[in-house]
Amino acid sequence: MGEMSWSGRQYATVPAATRAMRDPGATGRFGTYGGRYVPESLIPACHEIEAAFREAWSDPEFRSRLDTLLTVYAGRPTPLTPAWRLSHELGITLFLKREDLAHTGSHKINNVIGQALLAHRMGKERLLAETGAGQHGVATATAAALLGLKATVFMGERDIERQELNVLRMNVLGAEVVPVTTGSRTLKDACNEAMRHWVSSVDDSYYCIGSVMGPHPYPWMVREFQRVIGEEARAQCAAELPVGVPDYVVACVGGGSNAAGTFAGFVDTTARLIGVEAEGGAAATFGRAGVLHGFRSLVLQDEDGQVTEAHSVAAGLDYPGIGPEHAHLRDGGRARYETVNDGEVLQALLCLARTEGILAALESSHAVAWVIRAARSGEIAPGSTVMLTLSGRGDKDIASIKELL
Amino acid sequence: MTESLEEFLIARRGTGRPLLVPYVTAGVTPGWTDVVHAYADAGADAVELGFPFSDPMLDGVTIQEASDRAIAAGTTVRKILEEVATLDVDVPLIAMTYSNLVVQQSTAEFCAALTASGLRGLIVPDSPLEEVGELADAAAAEGLDLVLLAAPSSSRARLREITERSRGFVYALTHMGTTGERGEIPEQAARLGRELKGLTDRPVLFGFGVSHPAQAAELAGHADGVVVASALMRKLLDGARPRELGEYVASIRRALDQGAR
Repeated sequence: MGEMSWSGRQYATVPAATRAMRDPGATGRFGTYGGRYVPESLIPACHEIEAAFREAWSDPEFRSRLDTLLTVYAGRPTPLTPAWRLSHELGITLFLKREDLAHTGSHKINNVIGQALLAHRMGKERLLAETGAGQHGVATATAAALLGLKATVFMGERDIERQELNVLRMNVLGAEVVPVTTGSRTLKDACNEAMRHWVSSVDDSYYCIGSVMGPHPYPWMVREFQRVIGEEARAQCAAELPVGVPDYVVACVGGGSNAAGTFAGFVDTTARLIGVEAEGGAAATFGRAGVLHGFRSLVLQDEDGQVTEAHSVAAGLDYPGIGPEHAHLRDGGRARYETVNDGEVLQALLCLARTEGILAALESSHAVAWVIRAARSGEIAPGSTVMLTLSGRGDKDIASIKELL
Repeated sequence: MTESLEEFLIARRGTGRPLLVPYVTAGVTPGWTDVVHAYADAGADAVELGFPFSDPMLDGVTIQEASDRAIAAGTTVRKILEEVATLDVDVPLIAMTYSNLVVQQSTAEFCAALTASGLRGLIVPDSPLEEVGELADAAAAEGLDLVLLAAPSSSRARLREITERSRGFVYALTHMGTTGERGEIPEQAARLGRELKGLTDRPVLFGFGVSHPAQAAELAGHADGVVVASALMRKLLDGARPRELGEYVASIRRALDQGAR
């Protein structure tokens, strides 16, 4: 079970337990991962959100309202773009799922519109959010404005410096951005601070978590809201490809929401699922099982159990954990997780920009970097088809890119 | 065989005194064990020891700062337990930490190590009823009392289960929020205290935001006693010596005893 061959066209046998990314049930467990490790004070809120989500998700009216907003507001479906020149250069057939073209410039909007509708339905007045690169913060501020909710976004002080443009965007959209000055002053600490704030404001506030992490039902719920990426891509591949399914499905992974949504559309196919992490924040590769931010998963930590800081060129991937379902997919062998370094990422960003005229986010460029490396090394066999989710656009990163060049 | 944390606290309560459990972050200063002695000498009924974690989700700025300081000084679970084993105090010691430190090896090994060092209680704030099963079994097997938290937001059904499954005492949160000093005690605290007292004979102690003697006395009137953490740690971080911290604990002790008369 789970034995995978990475040469030729031998496909993995898909272990039954991970055949489909389904409802994790009342305990919120993906194998041994997931769960609900939050203080007693937050448990009623978690139960309330789970019940509300289950009800909404099976309510055709809610689904129809969400679909409408994703279409007329967020710009879905996003196109599947053939990367003609890069494909030619690499000797493969590469398609890009263009989440960079969704409103606000990344896949984050899919999840946020879903959760904001849910919060609104639950009668909450304020959305709380953590943000790393600022994309989730911008998306939250956007959805809050759309639905007439208030938004408070927690952001590490260091990320505020790195992502000045997104801070301005959130301010323009009417959100309050709270700088987090504790710990490493990045995404991990923004999560802690958002949790702390949530405990004290749980009556009127809804915590809109930006990735497939946090206590149950968040990892499952966020994956379901992001599933639209994978389902669209699956249908688009079916229409575009002679065999219907790509050989490889690739996405970058921080917490792992765009990858989870993408994989959900292909988990029951023969496609090999590849998550690409930043070398300095690769919990699936270098992490050990632990408990952080309300869930059990793979976590970067020292030998004493203190969580270590993630470091990469992409603020959105600087997270020391990984969504619990990814840990489970890794253990079961259904998905494989790779790492790329900052240098490869910058090269990949430039390469995609100059061959395809697409300026991808530094986060998304991680997925591009792995595809370039694997195609050049022959790990991806010549002639293979690759579907890559381009999670966001790179405008926000221009200042960082300028420094790196 | 030494009596359990719960037996000890029930015996103390039986003398008619409100219970007082002061807190110190282990490793926050080189002489942190002197603080434990000072608390015990000042009339503490038990002492809570914080095992510092990098991401303390339920702690406010003061305990965060104390935790960061302790970790930066090289504090580890192993070092804490070595120092705890050398302590000579006549009241029970209770460990307070987060799930990630508990699951490093196995929960059974963690609980065994605590007991071997003489600790008699354990509090893990991010391990609610849903996740506590394995840990509760491991603690019970070691004779370690696992203290569960009860919140103002807990339903009556949950409060009943919490009072049934908690050991040592029931840790009642005065408010919805993190640890840290606060000016006022919300009305919901009194309500939670009354409800818990109606459900159990186990000691019920209030914690979170107990900032000064008068507040401690007021809260103790609604339950069996209080845990005092951030108010003491603020003083320690601002440079207070163990003796001064002991004096402050003694002043809370006096207020509690006067309030009980």
